[in-house]
Amino acid sequence: MLKYTFRRVLVAIPTLLILIIISFLLMHAAPGGPFTSERPLPPQVLANIEAKYGLDNPLYVQLWEYMRGIVIEFDFGPSFQRKDRTVNEIMAQGFPITFTYGGLSFVAATLIGGTLGIVAAIRQNTIIDYFAVGVSIGAQVLPNFVMAPLLVWLFTLTLGWLPGGGWNGGAWQNLIMPVIALSTSYMASISRITRSSMLEVLNSNYIRTARAKGLPERTVILRHALKPSLVPLISYLGVAFVGMITGSVVIDIYFSTGGMGQAFVNSALNRDYSVMMGITILVGALTIVFALLADLLYAWVDPKIRY
Amino acid sequence: MNTQTEIKGRSLWFDARRRFFQNKAAVGGLVALTIIVLISFIGPYFAVWSNEEIDWDVMGSAATLGMPSFANGHFFGTDDLGRDLYSRVLQGTRVSLLVGVIGAGISVLVGTVYGTVAGYVGGRTDQIMMRIVDILMSIPFMFVIILLLVVFGRSLTMLFVGIGMLSWLDMSRIVRGQTLTLKNKEFVEAARATGVSTPTIIRRHIVPNLLGIVAIYATLLVPAMILTESFISFLGLGVQEPLTSWGALISEGAGTIRYDTEWQLLFPLAFFVVTLFSFFFIGDGLRDALDPKDR
Repeated sequence: MLKYTFRRVLVAIPTLLILIIISFLLMHAAPGGPFTSERPLPPQVLANIEAKYGLDNPLYVQLWEYMRGIVIEFDFGPSFQRKDRTVNEIMAQGFPITFTYGGLSFVAATLIGGTLGIVAAIRQNTIIDYFAVGVSIGAQVLPNFVMAPLLVWLFTLTLGWLPGGGWNGGAWQNLIMPVIALSTSYMASISRITRSSMLEVLNSNYIRTARAKGLPERTVILRHALKPSLVPLISYLGVAFVGMITGSVVIDIYFSTGGMGQAFVNSALNRDYSVMMGITILVGALTIVFALLADLLYAWVDPKIRY
Repeated sequence: MNTQTEIKGRSLWFDARRRFFQNKAAVGGLVALTIIVLISFIGPYFAVWSNEEIDWDVMGSAATLGMPSFANGHFFGTDDLGRDLYSRVLQGTRVSLLVGVIGAGISVLVGTVYGTVAGYVGGRTDQIMMRIVDILMSIPFMFVIILLLVVFGRSLTMLFVGIGMLSWLDMSRIVRGQTLTLKNKEFVEAARATGVSTPTIIRRHIVPNLLGIVAIYATLLVPAMILTESFISFLGLGVQEPLTSWGALISEGAGTIRYDTEWQLLFPLAFFVVTLFSFFFIGDGLRDALDPKDR
């Protein structure tokens, strides 16, 4: 286990470094420097500004400084468009919001999807099962950017129950639609995964033994079937987490929740490369860490995994 | 007397075709998809307005005058600028389908070659090649594609490059796994024993046996690529006007839904949903028809 953990971490580190290098080189391949504008600056002024941001150094020095800043001081440098702010400040403003509704969606998708899948498997070929299967097929074609406008149409424009956007300090009225929009398709996948793994477990020999020795159905399911049937879910949770962080871009844009996604798209539209890079790298780091945790958890829970 | 009639063997593909056509959902998906493809290519000949033309009478009052009607030739209504939604939806359908098919095509080409080579050669080569895939897979590609589009300018080519980079990863893993089991089969051993060269074994014996699983995953990749493109276009970072795509149209419709012009959302959404459903059903049908496990 320790050796496996060590090896897994050893893969994660170069991944992160490669991500930083790719985004750094992409930014430098962009035509025009960050301070090129319609009214050209006097050469001396431009040279001064570039010296201030360290842009007059050779490329590898800049890359080294950038990586050192991120890894050692967790400093993503200044924003190139909004000169009074650093990338850290912009990210610190957006991430808590993203994590609030992203985390809620994650929990909702796992709980509802998991329950639906388990119940569907226990009551296979009943109306509940068909409902669960129908929902999970339907939700495949309802990604967050389709769910969001449909929800607004229903709850805001037709029924008038919920505000159509805004954050409002995270009031529950403002949270409902983002959470539903973000979690639906993942809920569907989770219920599909749990349903099929639960069915597999319920058809296995040791469950037949448990039933044969006269255990009540309740005990069979809660004590014997539940835990192993949740194992395949672990590796999907990493994927779901990444999907929610990515999906938050749509949520932020459509509901104006002001999270990290809004900062990302704004910086994309303003060509504020340092903010884009910062967010990409931070999301990448989270992705890598989450995949790592999921793998380690999987190896720990499932003794069949050989490492 | 030659009474001997030729006995036709039932090949794997013949069996698969029969099973596929017995699957109602898959056939329904195939029919729906064919109709959508036909509409998107033949439909423009029936359009009254082109996708760039602005109907000045409707412009600015889409909510009252831009409704779907046959009288003024806007079968699907117009958008806020008075552009004909029928032409735009058909044009967007062509772009989105193209993105999906090209993305899946890249994954088939690159993924199959990469996966078979890694799986067949094995050893250290395999280790290194698969580690590279592992590393690429844990990069948040949606963000990198957007970064790419912003840095090099938004264009269809750049979109294809971005989507192509991401699409082959899963495919190469699946193909490698399949190759690993194939390469220890007797017929490969026989080929090797008779002195067939490695490239020929891969081409003649491994790849044909992979086609089934490649076809299944390619079908399931098309909707995944369409979803990726739509996501990017929804954010306004994908294809550029006057070109459009489902994501861009859905985004427009979603933005104007507050002004009672729901047709702007519903028509592109209907095409989007029907197509994705079709691909999923066809993919499932292919899996049932070709996967030897479930027989």
